[in-house]
Amino acid sequence: MTTVKPEVADSGFAADTQSDESLRDAARSYLQRVRGGDMGSLPAVLGLIVLFIVFGLANERFMSALNLANLVTQAGSICVLAMGLVFVLLLGDIDLSAGVAGGVSACAMALTITNMGWPWWAAMLAGVVCGALIGLSIGLLRSKLGIPSFVVTLAFFLGLQGVTLKLIGEGGSVRVDDPVIRGITIDNLPVTVGWICALLVVVAFAGMELYRHRSKVSAGLHHAPLGVVIFRIVGVAAVTLGVTYLLSINRSVNPNVEIRGVPYVLPIVVVLLIALTFVLTRSSYGRHIYAVGGNAEAARRAGINVDRVRMSVFVVCSALAALSGIIAASYGGKVSASSGAGNVLLYAVGAAVIGGTSLFGGKGRALDAVIGGVVVATIANGLGLLNQSSYINFLVTGGVLLLAASVDAISRRRRSAAGLS
Amino acid sequence: MTTEQVPKTAPILELQGVNKSFGVVHVLHDVDFQVYPGEVTALVGDNGAGKSTLVKAIAGIYPIDSGTYLFEGKPVDVHGPNDVAALGVEVVYQDLALCDNLDIVSNMFLGREVKRRGVLDESRMETMAREALASLSVRTVKSVRQAVSSLSGGQRQTVAIAKCVLWNSKVVLLDEPTAALGVAQTRQVIDLVRRLADQGLGVVLISHNMVDVFEVADRICALYLGRVAAEVKASEVSHSQVVELITAGRSGSLGLAPAEAAQSM
Repeated sequence: MTTVKPEVADSGFAADTQSDESLRDAARSYLQRVRGGDMGSLPAVLGLIVLFIVFGLANERFMSALNLANLVTQAGSICVLAMGLVFVLLLGDIDLSAGVAGGVSACAMALTITNMGWPWWAAMLAGVVCGALIGLSIGLLRSKLGIPSFVVTLAFFLGLQGVTLKLIGEGGSVRVDDPVIRGITIDNLPVTVGWICALLVVVAFAGMELYRHRSKVSAGLHHAPLGVVIFRIVGVAAVTLGVTYLLSINRSVNPNVEIRGVPYVLPIVVVLLIALTFVLTRSSYGRHIYAVGGNAEAARRAGINVDRVRMSVFVVCSALAALSGIIAASYGGKVSASSGAGNVLLYAVGAAVIGGTSLFGGKGRALDAVIGGVVVATIANGLGLLNQSSYINFLVTGGVLLLAASVDAISRRRRSAAGLS
Repeated sequence: MTTEQVPKTAPILELQGVNKSFGVVHVLHDVDFQVYPGEVTALVGDNGAGKSTLVKAIAGIYPIDSGTYLFEGKPVDVHGPNDVAALGVEVVYQDLALCDNLDIVSNMFLGREVKRRGVLDESRMETMAREALASLSVRTVKSVRQAVSSLSGGQRQTVAIAKCVLWNSKVVLLDEPTAALGVAQTRQVIDLVRRLADQGLGVVLISHNMVDVFEVADRICALYLGRVAAEVKASEVSHSQVVELITAGRSGSLGLAPAEAAQSM
């Protein structure tokens, strides 16, 4: 067993350095947390399984490799937008303009390519900077003037649609022909490269988890039992390798052409997921976001610049929204006046909330956004395959959002009753 | 005084002749206030006597109009809470500044996270937090990785106070730490306050509860309408004398001169 410093051992603190005794204890305490309302993304994962079974039974095309690849590219822009929204939601704020901010940014990207002949990377950078500037203005109005974020971003939601219209011209659209930008969603990684990346992710994840587990055990710190660590590694490996396998099957309907490999958008989402998770959980900036979301006054007294944190999350959110808009433009091959408008934003808010991010602030992960994004994309994709009228799509997505928000509100009540965070 | 060695009884933090007005309201009149290392100084007074104003002046939240702020015998310029925190003075507020959604370790290090190569050093923070709590003989907290929302009121106070030990503070101001607590929890916090002083810190305890004050305080400073009515050793006064000082500004030979007490009205 670990060595505990004598004075610590004497203090009655010794117990907490040990982990839960066994996998079974860990499972039991997890169940307890779930019953207490701390469900995390469990409802989303279960919902996803149900959706796959239902859609898979209703239409055999749903489970085809072609459709699953479609699903991945459809989910891409929703996941990226939702990851940005998680930052804002963590503070208990909302950004209603994120969708159209993405539209304007994609428009800036498309126009710099077609009208000014910029290379793809410069145009993409221009788009992201455009998003960041929009976020900065929202953040300044929110934190310095103290206008509720709902109102500020509603104003931007309306105003930015006007900007897109002006940039594009009434009713028109700008084509996105740049092969690299188009390639984000329509091209695929070579199969071998896809497998190598997948294996690298699995090995790196396993190595890091085991290293962290071992160093925590040797330092006598609070840690999860080894069983849980292995369970997590197996889970990540199964998902990563499974998805890579499915995407490596030839999915072409035309026997003369072969389409196989992981679409480029997937590694982009994975890299963003890893980077944002790192920022939120391992940097003091991330810690400060959670602190401000949990208790802004306490954060202020602890010397955290609350205004700056609040401003920064809007910048992060709108910059990611810009990236999401660019991915959407890549998928559609054009930017139109309605890019990012309509239900884009509500899809993303829905994704974040379905994944387990709280609308009340202080709770949420980047992973929640990705899981929720896949759920939302699955609903849209599955209903589309069933040839339902689009009104059904709106009704179902709205209903799911409402359901997720209710789960959030109820679990929040139960958490406070059970004394969990 | 000669320069050989600072006597043990020298105050670590001292205010001399401090005045503070809000507009026409003169809240603090020539207040002299000392905090001694290793001692608990209770700051008592009725509502509106100026306790909170005095604490906020010490904490650097309110600038003082006139008077001297001395720390370890040297005058210091205080322009804001950060200056005071840099001196090693911590304030534990009544409405506990803790984030419910974070665990104990994160809360204790909030705003001052320990980093290694730019990344949060969770191991070190956890070890340090555990040692700080252990040094105060805290036995009631199950795990330092518990979320603060799962803690009782007394445990929250404990975490807030342990934060001061963690940062090697020299002076700790506790604003009504037992006001919202039950009997057993009050007991825990009062014991903790004593241990804090025993570790050599200067502790200021603001309280309405005379039982607590007499239990733990070494000195009592009674404020009456913005003036220091008396600063006495807790062992030299009785319960009722302190109550008189609080309510009338004087008690027998102690306290403000009658004229002064009346003038303050």
